[in-house]
Amino acid sequence: MTADECMLIAGMTAVTFGIRYFLFALADRIRMAPWIEASLKFIPPAVLTAIILPAVLLPKGDWHLSLSNPYLVAALVTTAAGIRTRNLLATIAVGLCAFFGHRLFL
Amino acid sequence: MPLSLRRQEFIRGVRDTLPLLLGAFPFGLIYGAVAVTSGLSLAAAMAMSAFVFAGSSQFIAVGLVAARTPVAIIVLTTLIVNLRHMLYSATLLPYLKNLSQKWRIPLAFWLTDETFAVTVHRFQQADGSTEKHWYQLGSSVAMYLNWQFWCWSGLMLGTKIPNASEWGLDVAMPVTFIGMIIPFVKTIPMAVCILTAGAASLLTLTLPYKLGIVVSAFVGIAAGFMAERNLKKTKGALPQ
Repeated sequence: MTADECMLIAGMTAVTFGIRYFLFALADRIRMAPWIEASLKFIPPAVLTAIILPAVLLPKGDWHLSLSNPYLVAALVTTAAGIRTRNLLATIAVGLCAFFGHRLFL
Repeated sequence: MPLSLRRQEFIRGVRDTLPLLLGAFPFGLIYGAVAVTSGLSLAAAMAMSAFVFAGSSQFIAVGLVAARTPVAIIVLTTLIVNLRHMLYSATLLPYLKNLSQKWRIPLAFWLTDETFAVTVHRFQQADGSTEKHWYQLGSSVAMYLNWQFWCWSGLMLGTKIPNASEWGLDVAMPVTFIGMIIPFVKTIPMAVCILTAGAASLLTLTLPYKLGIVVSAFVGIAAGFMAERNLKKTKGALPQ
């Protein structure tokens, strides 16, 4: 492992464990402000969206807004499958099939 | 008697987690395969699974490593992505606050989306069991061992397959995340949050070090929060 990799893993471990343990450590000595509590539920979808949208629309770093972009096609098919099936495993399977089907046949 | 109750709770925790082990298997496998193509060493990829033990942030981290992102930014992104675990520990807190730190530390380290989902259900059942933390331990250990096994298998697979990097396995991340986002979109504020975060992510592309992710996440969270507040106000103001 390189020094950079050690720092990466140490840093990620510290912040991940820190967040998971913070409230457990303080236990009942803490009360969260209501506005913080109300904001928590928006964190996962906001973060995930901010990560994937650029990855899908600019897969190689440049805009690729057409149906010849397999990442975009996979994302659209996944969204449709997710809304229809409401089943995470099935949604992922359909999305992956769309991507590899697109790459194989188009 | 207390010992057998503990064992019963532990085994029940493992058993109730079994379907989720199946769900975690493709992610672990794909994480391993993607990690190999990202340029991360085998030891580092495995150490990340063993010490960080957080599926989505591991996915994101290997993506960012592949994009040559500085370590500090990856750590900051991990922090933001894992903030959702605060919600979980806040929910479990009333049930665990009487346990010693010897218990709280490992249960916190192993707290995942999946273990939270099964455990909160068990804690809310109104039977008199005083050993429900053994149930959480069972679920945690099952998730942990399962994750290590599939990540390792994915890494082995990734090194065996020639030019795995050209396969576009990185598509697993957007596909998985879209699947994870969809169940959230049940309310208008949540839709506002997602649309705003998405728009912001495209407007902040020129920011260095992928800081756009962090900025966009905060903009989306703020938008969702304000939408919720305004909706409540409007509803409150309407005469019934």
